[in-house]
Amino acid sequence: MEKDDKGRMPAGGIIPRGGTANEYSTGGWRKLRPVLDSARCTNCLICWVMCPDSAVISRDGKMIGFDMEHCKGCGVCAVECPDKVKAIKMEEEAD
Amino acid sequence: MAIATKGQTGLTGNTAVAYAMKQINPDVFPAYPITPSTAIVEDFAGFVADGAVTSELITVESEHSAMSACIGASAAGARVMTATSAQGLALMWEMLYIASGMRLPIVIANVNRALSAPINIHCDHSDSMGARDSGWIQLYSETVQEAYDNMFMAMRIAEDTNVLLPAMVCFDGFITSHAIENITLVEDADAREFIGQYKPGHSLLNVDNPATYGAMTLQDTYITFKHQQSQAIARAKGVAASVGAEFGKKFGRAYGLFEGYRLEDAEEVIVILNSAAGTTKVAVDELRKQGKKAGVLRPRLFRPFPFEEIAKALSGAKAIACLDRVDSMSGFGGPLFNEVRSALYELDKRPKVMSRIYGLGGRDYKVKDALEVYAELEKTAASGKVETLQKYITL
Repeated sequence: MEKDDKGRMPAGGIIPRGGTANEYSTGGWRKLRPVLDSARCTNCLICWVMCPDSAVISRDGKMIGFDMEHCKGCGVCAVECPDKVKAIKMEEEAD
Repeated sequence: MAIATKGQTGLTGNTAVAYAMKQINPDVFPAYPITPSTAIVEDFAGFVADGAVTSELITVESEHSAMSACIGASAAGARVMTATSAQGLALMWEMLYIASGMRLPIVIANVNRALSAPINIHCDHSDSMGARDSGWIQLYSETVQEAYDNMFMAMRIAEDTNVLLPAMVCFDGFITSHAIENITLVEDADAREFIGQYKPGHSLLNVDNPATYGAMTLQDTYITFKHQQSQAIARAKGVAASVGAEFGKKFGRAYGLFEGYRLEDAEEVIVILNSAAGTTKVAVDELRKQGKKAGVLRPRLFRPFPFEEIAKALSGAKAIACLDRVDSMSGFGGPLFNEVRSALYELDKRPKVMSRIYGLGGRDYKVKDALEVYAELEKTAASGKVETLQKYITL
């Protein structure tokens, strides 16, 4: 495979192996940050199902928190958290 | 060593090129026929229907789709070819850049035809010259024999691991595509041996080793990939020279980056592409009989442009006319004029260079037209002054 002068880049912008999306940090795109109130959370895991970036971390059927390297701060989790629970709040990243 | 000639076959340019494609037997052939390259697709579809090739013929709904299908198939690891002309090439535009940027060695036959408007189906070079900066290797062909031979060479150059870029073989619509010429065909086995097996570095269909094509690149990497592509097309020059020489050794017809006709001692030179070079050579023979030092330089490889080699070959000339069968609409001559004149700038003693635009939309270019240009060149050679830098001829 052809490399550039620094020996890094495969020709034609081909990514020559699979599963590399995980290595791309999209957390920096975030303006709003999800914050979990564990005391209110019922571990229904609707947020885990709905998160478009698979950035909700669950372990043993419990909601643990967020993968902030990949969470883009879209707020879907906060909206989908049941009205009677509302355990996720979106806060300004800059605050 | 040249193989024994097993007789000649009378073929049109389109039939000969389709026959070369049959011998190459590409894996995939997306097709959307357009005049004057229609017969290539017709003939190839016949080969598919007859089982003479194992190619997958994909009939698509436009040339944009044809080139898109070429790209997808090539990324999947297939050897891919198609043919087009004029508006067809223009409709492929967006995808041409994607094929070259993704470094996919697709080969197309472009039968040169004028771009609309006004609508016209006859020969000029506005189609392929518009695509000259699309990152495709461009080979131009004077005759049916050369168009046929170029198909094999284009495949080799494109697929060379030091190049990996798409290539187009250009030849003149109707003049070459529809005229019958006696040519020597290559034996099937020799053709297969010459082009070899295509071994793609990556393949979309290789599920054991998946690769991503067409990923986003931003400020941090885009320029790196373009730099690589630029280096690759520059390397295509050396590859084209060695492939042309190897073709000569194997089949007895050697090809350089350009053809010089009575050029060694020539003082007045016409630089011209494709079939019109043949007409110009007749004029040169007449002038040589009169003791005049006329010559022709016919570039074969236009992309990449062999500027050093061409400048060296023209360094002894006194006056040069670059004849373009296309207008760049820049107010400053055609592309051949601009490239050649720029290449000559590095010479210590620069010949005078003028631009002449001829034959647009299939207008005839005759021996008398060439003679008139040589008469002007003779005047310039004697006076050291260019009277008219640029003008249309054959009006």
